[in-house]
Amino acid sequence: MNTAKPASRAEAHAPSTPLVHLASEPYYHATGDELDVFAAAAKSGLPVMLKGPTGCGKTRFVEHMAWRLKRPLVTVACHDDLTTADLVGRYLIVGDETVWMDGPLTAAVRAGAICYLDEIVEARKDTTVVIHPLTDSRRALPVEKRGEYITAPPDFMLVISYNPGYQSVLKEMKPSTRQRFVALDFDYPEAATEARIVAHEGGVDADTAQRLVKLGGLTRKLKGAGLDEGAGTRLLVHAAQLIASGMAPAIACTAAIARPLADETDTRDALDDLIRAVF
Amino acid sequence: MSERKLFAHELEARLDELLLLSLRQRSAAEPAALLEALPRELQERVLHWAGVAAQTSDDLGWLIASLAATQAAGLGAQLDDWARAGLDAYDRSGLAATRKALNEFTDTHKASTLRSQDSVAFGAIEGRLSRFLQALDGRPLRLVSGPKAWTDTETLWLPERLDAATDVAGNRRLYKAIAALLWAQTRFGTFNLDPEPELELWPDRERALAWFAVFEAMRLEACIAVELPGLAQEIAGLRGPWPAELAAAAAKLARPDATVADSLACMAALREIGVLPAPTLPHIGTLDPVAARRVRAARITRELAVVRRALNVIAATDTKAGAAENSDYPPLAAEGELQVPDPQADLLALPPAAREAAKSLLQDLGEIPPEALHPAGPGAWQPVDGVDESIAPGVTTQPDAFYDEWDYRRASWRRGWCHLYEMEARSGDPEWVDEVRTRHAHLIRSIRRRFEALRGEDKPQKRQFDGEEIDLDAQVEARADRKSGAEPSPRLFIHRRRIERSLAVMFMVDMSGSTKGWVNDAERESLVLLCEAIEALGDSYAIYGFSGWTRTHCDIYRVKRFGDRYDAETRQRIAGIEAKDYTRMGVAVRHLSGLLMRQNTRHKLLVTLSDGRPDDYGDEYRGRYGIEDTRRALLEAREKGIRSYCVTIDRHGADYLPQLYGPAHYSVIDDAKKLPQKIAEIYRKLTG
Ligand SMILES: Nc1ncnc2c1ncn2[C@@H]1O[C@H](COP(=O)(O)OP(=O)(O)OP(=O)(O)O)[C@@H](O)[C@H]1O
Ligand SMILES: [Mg+2]
Repeated sequence: MNTAKPASRAEAHAPSTPLVHLASEPYYHATGDELDVFAAAAKSGLPVMLKGPTGCGKTRFVEHMAWRLKRPLVTVACHDDLTTADLVGRYLIVGDETVWMDGPLTAAVRAGAICYLDEIVEARKDTTVVIHPLTDSRRALPVEKRGEYITAPPDFMLVISYNPGYQSVLKEMKPSTRQRFVALDFDYPEAATEARIVAHEGGVDADTAQRLVKLGGLTRKLKGAGLDEGAGTRLLVHAAQLIASGMAPAIACTAAIARPLADETDTRDALDDLIRAVF
Repeated sequence: MSERKLFAHELEARLDELLLLSLRQRSAAEPAALLEALPRELQERVLHWAGVAAQTSDDLGWLIASLAATQAAGLGAQLDDWARAGLDAYDRSGLAATRKALNEFTDTHKASTLRSQDSVAFGAIEGRLSRFLQALDGRPLRLVSGPKAWTDTETLWLPERLDAATDVAGNRRLYKAIAALLWAQTRFGTFNLDPEPELELWPDRERALAWFAVFEAMRLEACIAVELPGLAQEIAGLRGPWPAELAAAAAKLARPDATVADSLACMAALREIGVLPAPTLPHIGTLDPVAARRVRAARITRELAVVRRALNVIAATDTKAGAAENSDYPPLAAEGELQVPDPQADLLALPPAAREAAKSLLQDLGEIPPEALHPAGPGAWQPVDGVDESIAPGVTTQPDAFYDEWDYRRASWRRGWCHLYEMEARSGDPEWVDEVRTRHAHLIRSIRRRFEALRGEDKPQKRQFDGEEIDLDAQVEARADRKSGAEPSPRLFIHRRRIERSLAVMFMVDMSGSTKGWVNDAERESLVLLCEAIEALGDSYAIYGFSGWTRTHCDIYRVKRFGDRYDAETRQRIAGIEAKDYTRMGVAVRHLSGLLMRQNTRHKLLVTLSDGRPDDYGDEYRGRYGIEDTRRALLEAREKGIRSYCVTIDRHGADYLPQLYGPAHYSVIDDAKKLPQKIAEIYRKLTG
């Protein structure tokens, strides 16, 4: 995958590029027409943006689609110090030589993979710009440091995720970025669907799953009144997993749902009351 | 009183003097020794009452003094009541009765302080309970304390304090159970039938209502058990098993299809066989069906009107144009095909306010009544220009600006409608800010520390694979390594981390009359805290107050302009922020976002601090009109690139705020006291 062979020492230091080939089907329960839209976008070479609150299945969906489309997947969790070089690649100095090391984005482009940039708004503003030429009709990645201009193969696909619930004004996505993507809205699944997901992922019976989903729904009504966001499916799955391993439901929910959600006493107590009410 | 305590010999001398003991072969040495341990204030109270009693009788004086010596410490502030009770008993029945009365007083006092350690006050559980209730389904309920527990279907009254259970946890559970059953009354239709025909047949209305409450509690407990089994179990645990003679009724009312009609049927049956007093159970509140049904009827009328109006608007709306602007909210007028959604089938087709109204109607009536589904004739809009403006104070000067206002009923602008005056805010007490700064010194320090972490400093990170600069240390080391034959590290650069905070923030502070008192204090204190913290960040910020009195007197008060420093004068103007008239919000948003637009920063943020919905004198700006205009103003701001965020001190704010601000851009603070801390936290989150 890389043009230059890095020496062993450099490889140990460099961020490795995780090109993942998914062997078995990642479980994903569709909640709308997202499978078709994504497949169509993939076919047309369009980039996709997934919007939605935390823990509602965005990452899982991308994994599932990568498996469906039989393409490798590269995932980058964006953070506020992610530089262009972190995405594109850099020269490393090994001994007296310089060695080029592809970044995950470059590696994905070369391999015709799906590149998933998770929480893109977290990345530095100047970093976000490098994806622009990849997201319009050029479908290319200029690697300035090497003077290289890589045209993406048809299988390459860019996917970003974005949580519009984020409240920081400094983390708004620029329209010039937004408007390059086909967007899919994710939300907490409908109760019956969510219960099925929780039962499957958490390994609990249908009744326990339904109660967890009920509890999740109650916490979501506290958004803006004590909570920044209610419990996502992920937290419900976590609680289910604890229960499946033999923990008492109330203790599992406190540990997996109430505590991660709230620090403030009144809200924590109210969450405990809700847990007790449901179980 | 900061005077030192009296020593035993001093107390003895004072008692001697008051009670003339030396003449009667009694010695004050013993009580004096006991009184020595008390604080001076209490010592003086004892001496005072001994003296007062001695004026009635020497024996009474001695009794008070000697009993107080052993009991005063436990009585504390109750000493005065204790002494008065003793003097009363003496007047009524003499010395022996007095001794008895005083000892009894002390015993009851002890018992009640013991109990009150286990009791729970409303204030201590309010926050937790209100969150709990908010999470439950159905219409939002206001939580307040009152003499008895009941609900009118919109407000829920709970007792000031509960001590029926033997421990704190039990009393907390009791609060929760009472609140949950009252919530269930509104959620599961206790007031959906008129109970008067049955109640009238009972000779004793109190008793009838008590039985009604018991039967409903049986039914509602079963309703709760369906979705919240844990809660139902807790309630069952509190009440214990139903008496045997009620078991049949309890079973009947627990059937899933039971309604309030079944509770009334149980009452009728009971009336036939002869009526006992109802069992008193601590977790069952009282019922006032007349008051509740009045509130319910008014609400239904109001909400029917809201739903019908929304359907009218939608009927006159081109749905395709609607989707473009804001999918959450159909546009207010246009022409096109007629497509009235059926709220029965699709609540989401309604704009948010009407959606809430429709949900609430479903809760009250089980369906949206058909009459709501027929849009009334066209042109619901009536001119309301006739508001009497003569009472507004006379204006002599020319307004500083005129602003358009959005009239949602006409779906058009009223041009130059609002007359805006901008003026300097009054200066307040120069010492006030210092006092706040001292009082909150600790909080200010901690907020500052957290804000400083936000400041986009250039923090060089050494030993990176890549970077803007060469890391000399690393280079030298690498060279040395290489010379010595070791493999050098490839991390040879310095990377500078840059975050620019190009941000201007406008704080728009509600100075309407309703903020008088706590809210106003909280607003001012928050501003002090914010200023102290933002100064550490270096963001550019301004503070303006707004209030007014009809459209011809919209006032904007300058507290701190963008260029102003946070100096003594600014601080005095913050201290001077006071509650004035009304809340015409739209024009204030328009004016202040205009000022904000002149700032040359990349990000612009408008933060409003208010205590409720937009409102102005006369009916015009009240309710939907004010909300729609303010929403417009915020949309305009948004289009110019201004983000707005509203902090509302109003636990019921949540119902109209989503409509006003869009789901992510507001937060509700239900307690003014929490504002200063919360606002700093919000600011940090907004700009971090
Ligand atoms: N539709 C779904 N089908 C299957 N599993 C789901 C679905 N939605 C959520 N989950 C479960 O929830 C967990 C969290 O989902 P995921 O990690 O995809 O969230 P996310 O949307 O990527 O969150 P974040 O924004 O925090 O990254 C998954 O591991 C999976 O167990
Ligand atoms: Mg994810």
